[in-house]
Amino acid sequence: MSIVVARIDDRLVHGQVVIGWGRPLELSRIVLVDAEVAASAFERELYQMAVPAGIEVEFLAPDEAPARIEALGSADERVLVLTGSVDTMVTLAKSCHGAIVKVNLGGIHAQPGRREYLRYVYLSGRELDDLRTVEAAGIEVSAQDLPTTAPVPLSALRP
Amino acid sequence: MTPPALHGVVVCHGDLARALVTAVEEISGIRGALIPVSNTGCDRGRLEERIVEAVDGRPSVVFIDMPSGSCLFAAVRRLSGTAEARLVTGVNLAMLVDFVFHRELAPDQAAERAIETGAKAIASRR
Repeated sequence: MSIVVARIDDRLVHGQVVIGWGRPLELSRIVLVDAEVAASAFERELYQMAVPAGIEVEFLAPDEAPARIEALGSADERVLVLTGSVDTMVTLAKSCHGAIVKVNLGGIHAQPGRREYLRYVYLSGRELDDLRTVEAAGIEVSAQDLPTTAPVPLSALRP
Repeated sequence: MTPPALHGVVVCHGDLARALVTAVEEISGIRGALIPVSNTGCDRGRLEERIVEAVDGRPSVVFIDMPSGSCLFAAVRRLSGTAEARLVTGVNLAMLVDFVFHRELAPDQAAERAIETGAKAIASRR
């Protein structure tokens, strides 16, 4: 399995991702899919700083990501796909044709229109419905901020 | 004319900023010179807002825990290149205690002093 986890985290590349997940999963690559970051040299440089030696990072716009993720799906790598938004991940999960088998809700914080499900997971009704369609397509969806905590399946999330 | 006293903003993961500020106040007896900001419960935008609200356009040194990560990124995105704030990473208690007694300095000078003081505090002893 090349894409070891596909994570939604609105802080993008930060300590939980590169240390909390990066070390135990022995990641070789992080693929950050975010239009704003992909379009900004300043943002790319900022997030590159957070990635330790030994892990490659690449920045993709949402429209160019599916082809790349599909290619990485069969590569000899250990890849974490990262998005800042539920919408981007839902689109990716549906369009990557089996490369993404597990979606991790890692950090989706409070915004207007969202309800709290866990300390680190807030979702709107539409986002919850969209994630359910991902799960219905056979992709595991669960909330887990760190590998040392127990995953909470999407179906078990309660406001 | 005396320049306005510098403010310190301490931005850290979890409860660390609050703990550092409390410790500085207990050691120095000076209250209100440092404002703690936590990244807990924040997305990027909200953390940036918390930092900007804490600086509030005043001459400030923003002390950050790690030389990378969400706290630094939020501060850099909103304050990098501004005249009023200087960023210092790797905050420790020694640099904060020294800072509250030298708030007459300009942000650049205070930041350099904090780096020097903080580095001197790191030592190995038998």
